[in-house]
Parts: sequence; C-alpha cells; structure tokens
Amino acid sequence: MSPRAAWRLETLGFEEVYWYAGGKADWMASGLPIEGSEARIPRIGDHARRDVPTCGPDERIADVRARVRAAKWNTCFVVTAERVVLGRLHNRELDGDGAQRASDVMRSGPSTFRPDVTVHDMLEHMREHKLTTAPVTTSDGTLIGLALIEELEAAHGGVSARTSSRRRGWPR
Amino acid sequence: MPKSIDRAEVQRLVAAGAQVVEVLPADEYEELHLPGAISIPLKELDARTAERLERGRPVVAYCHDFQ
Repeated sequence: MSPRAAWRLETLGFEEVYWYAGGKADWMASGLPIEGSEARIPRIGDHARRDVPTCGPDERIADVRARVRAAKWNTCFVVTAERVVLGRLHNRELDGDGAQRASDVMRSGPSTFRPDVTVHDMLEHMREHKLTTAPVTTSDGTLIGLALIEELEAAHGGVSARTSSRRRGWPR
Repeated sequence: MPKSIDRAEVQRLVAAGAQVVEVLPADEYEELHLPGAISIPLKELDARTAERLERGRPVVAYCHDFQ
C-alpha cells in the first residue's frame, strides 16, 4: 500500500518521496512512541524490567552466576555486544559447572515478544502456556527487558488494559 | 523515483523535517499512528488531499507493514 502511495505522490509532483517498508508494525515493535486513541493501552514494553541481567556468550558461568545472584535474579540473557538475544540461562545452568562458557550451556533461541503486545493479550498467553516471564525484544532481536507476570497483573488490575482491537504485534 | 527506507532512515528524515503520511484507512490512523503523522488514506490520495502536504519537504508514506 505505501509503495503505491509513494508512487502516487510522485505523480502528483512531489520530488522527494519515500515509503517506510516496515510501517506501523515495525515502528511499534521497536517500542517507539506512538499517538492515537489506543496509544495509552498498556503494553508489555512499558513494563519490561530493563534491569534483567545479561552476559556475553564467552563469559564463564561462575562470573555470570556471581553477578546474577548479587542482583537477586534467577535468570540471565546471553546477548551480543548489540544486545541481540542469543540465549537464556536459568537456575539450572547458573548452578552448573562454573568453568563453562555461557554459550555452551545457554538455552538457545528463547521465544520473545514485541513491546507493542498489550498487557491483556500477554497475560492471556502467559496463563494459557503457564509462563511466568516473557522476554521482550525489538523486531530485530534486541533485548528490551523481561516482563514478569506479577508485574503485568498489577498493571492490568489498575487500569483498563483491554486488548487492541486488531491484536497488533501478535503473535510473533 | 520513490525509495524504500527503514526505521532509522525514517527517524533521520523526520529529524531533518520530512512529513510523514499514513495511508491506511482513517479509523486505523485514529487508533494508532506515528508521532506527527498526517492521515491521507490511499483511496483518498489525489491532488486535492495532497494539498495538505508541503511540496518543498520530503514525504515518507507508510501503512501497517510490508503490504
């Protein structure tokens, strides 16, 4: 649709015309500001914990474990220098052989969710699939944070967290 | 010739003064749109509606995704 609009604008005499290939879906999936009547519906990007621990793929588990425990977390995301998610460490991996590298023991390719998923939709999915946490990333895989079910429930209880009428950004 | 751009380029062009146009139906625009975007649905895009745009500035059109 937008390429046709761009061409139409050019035929109407506009000299410098572009079309944004990713469109509104890509914009919202990146957690960028948005306007409109549904802009205030709570979305998981607003509630993802940015302080969730991360580590590089070559870090030793012993070092990662010390950092994660000191921060009072029980999970850690293995990310690139650009914060693209490679994998995730849970207690089982964190409590394992401290000499191993994170990339050797991580759970690769965890399911991730985009920040524009509504809190309502996310909670439904988490309950249906018995999830307690949900990694939130941009569409290119960059970690935004970790959504925790108790915090989403708290957000859902206090406001009118209805589903988007078009369930944008869902599922991924 | 119109060019396809990505999100980073949209942000750069907007910062430089580009106009952003959502070409989806008006009800979708009312619900959610990019900051500062103008609504001109594709079906209504003609010389008259395009008068809302300044001719001397770049224009970025978008819809929902890759359609």
